[in-house]
Amino acid sequence: MEAVEARELDIQHIKDMATQIRRDVIRMIVGVGSGHPGGALGAAEIFALLYGGVLRVRPANLKDPHRDRFVLSNGHICAAYYSALSLAGFLPREELQTFRRLNSRLQGHPARVKLPDLVETSSGPLGQGFSVANGIALALKLDGSRGRVYCLVGDGEMQEGQVWEAIMTASHHRLGNLTLIVSYNGLQIDGEVQKVKNLMPLKAKFESFGWECVETDGHDVASLYRALAPYARKNGVNGEKPRAVIAHTVMGKGVPFMENKAVWHGSCPTSAQAEEALLTIGKAKGFEDYPVLPSPASTTKKRRR
Amino acid sequence: MIFEKPTPIRDGFGKALVELGEKNSRVVALTADLSEAIRVHWFAEKFPHRFFQMGIAESDMMGTAAGLAMAGKIPFVTTFAAFATSLANTPVRVSVAYNQANVKIATSHGGVCVGGDGATHQSIEDIALMRVLPGMTIVVPCDANEAYKATLAVAEYPGPVYLRLGRIATPIFTKANTPFRIGKAQILAQGDELAIIACGAMVGFALEAAQVLQKKGVSVRVINMHTVKPLDRTAVLKAAQECGAIVTMEEHSIIGGLGSAVAEVVSEKYPVPVERVGIRDVFGESGEPHEILEKYGLTTKDLVVSCKRALERKESMVKYKSRV
Repeated sequence: MEAVEARELDIQHIKDMATQIRRDVIRMIVGVGSGHPGGALGAAEIFALLYGGVLRVRPANLKDPHRDRFVLSNGHICAAYYSALSLAGFLPREELQTFRRLNSRLQGHPARVKLPDLVETSSGPLGQGFSVANGIALALKLDGSRGRVYCLVGDGEMQEGQVWEAIMTASHHRLGNLTLIVSYNGLQIDGEVQKVKNLMPLKAKFESFGWECVETDGHDVASLYRALAPYARKNGVNGEKPRAVIAHTVMGKGVPFMENKAVWHGSCPTSAQAEEALLTIGKAKGFEDYPVLPSPASTTKKRRR
Repeated sequence: MIFEKPTPIRDGFGKALVELGEKNSRVVALTADLSEAIRVHWFAEKFPHRFFQMGIAESDMMGTAAGLAMAGKIPFVTTFAAFATSLANTPVRVSVAYNQANVKIATSHGGVCVGGDGATHQSIEDIALMRVLPGMTIVVPCDANEAYKATLAVAEYPGPVYLRLGRIATPIFTKANTPFRIGKAQILAQGDELAIIACGAMVGFALEAAQVLQKKGVSVRVINMHTVKPLDRTAVLKAAQECGAIVTMEEHSIIGGLGSAVAEVVSEKYPVPVERVGIRDVFGESGEPHEILEKYGLTTKDLVVSCKRALERKESMVKYKSRV
């Protein structure tokens, strides 16, 4: 673990990885004709950092009891998650084209039964993954594991009552091995979070619930890394306070026509829009687009005829 | 462990859990401010570091249990039946059932015998809610001895299990050596004219009704269907074929529970008359357990009436068949 922590983070590499995640997200969603681009694009840096530097987990050590765990609680943004998993070597790159299709392991919301070694819990109905992350953290503590648990939630998700139950659980049971990342883009399906049901002041709420809390720019790789890196914790790695990182993000980040527009929570771009989006995002240095092989869907159609 | 005098079914669970704690360090327990009500306090006293008080937060407790299971623990989640299955239904559905998490949901206060608490605390739909979840196993022990054995069996059984335990003291019908296997029905009385299939505390009434009918010359088979899912279809079909009429009894709504499960199998594979004794699509109310059972038609007398109706229907079917 020390090796990973001591390693100088190649910030440019993480930025490129985030760019590739954005390209993948657009291609995956337009490829199948549905999905949730807004939140996924907004969390590209978070995923790139988690799988490019923060999480101590490798494809070869998925059974290691001391590995770090990641729980995606706002499951709908999973296009970015699958992309990061494939870029980190956990999934074949070409599998991304099966996203949301019949018989795919890459369900529209992450499914543990489809990816038992990778997905810690199925998520979709909001507010649920966080509790599961707590349970994992509790078990790791009980076992004296060095593994840490990272959980990502959306801001709108925090309106769920279960989230506040989980916030109390984490501080009450002293889950110092847990980091909760809130992707705070300020938007949800029906509009601005502030208008739908206000969450502010969120940092003060976390602190009054017994958490350590920092706010950061969710797109600035260096400051996001400082917030997520375990040694940055005020109370140290073995402290007892859970840590919340409020990452201020922009829904649809990187694609100007999608940025800060709630409609892109769950809409699919047209192929012309997707082309424009890919042009704006640009190429990622050191990464390549996933290959598109003959579509399995077309063979299904033929069989049906 | 063996109970001889009438004992609350949940006591058998509590004792077995302590034993499990000694045998298996992976076993952990959670409760939502109801440790004594479900008898998990015995485990908590002995294994404080493996007991998690979750406060009044059932949904979060269910998710936390799923997480503990993901990391290799065997969590027993304890609360009232109504809270586990209704209040925390979504995390049970996704975090537990869809995840195929090795979570054991153990509940007390299943059914209407909850004392004066009334309809909000009487769970008459929990079996139905759990039965529709793919991969969920449902065990409803009939007495404290069976609850004890079931708890040990459930810990070894992979995947999510719903263990439904009654609150009040219930007579003991099973012995220490009565075999118990999840998914395998017990024949408590042999007979070939009518079969009564019951679960939980209703098994006692089934045995009583069988005696009443026996005296009138009717040969009655009594089946203790402690596992509602996966249902022992073989035992049900044998009862249909060999007895020709079935009556079910459960401390639960007649919709979606044991009666429905039996009727589904019988109507698809070997249609014979089926009568269902249970709560008839209404909410319960406050009262003494025996008063409630009487008012809502869950007594030996009610069961006998249903048995007679089933026998009449069987008769008229035989007559009809002989005419055509």
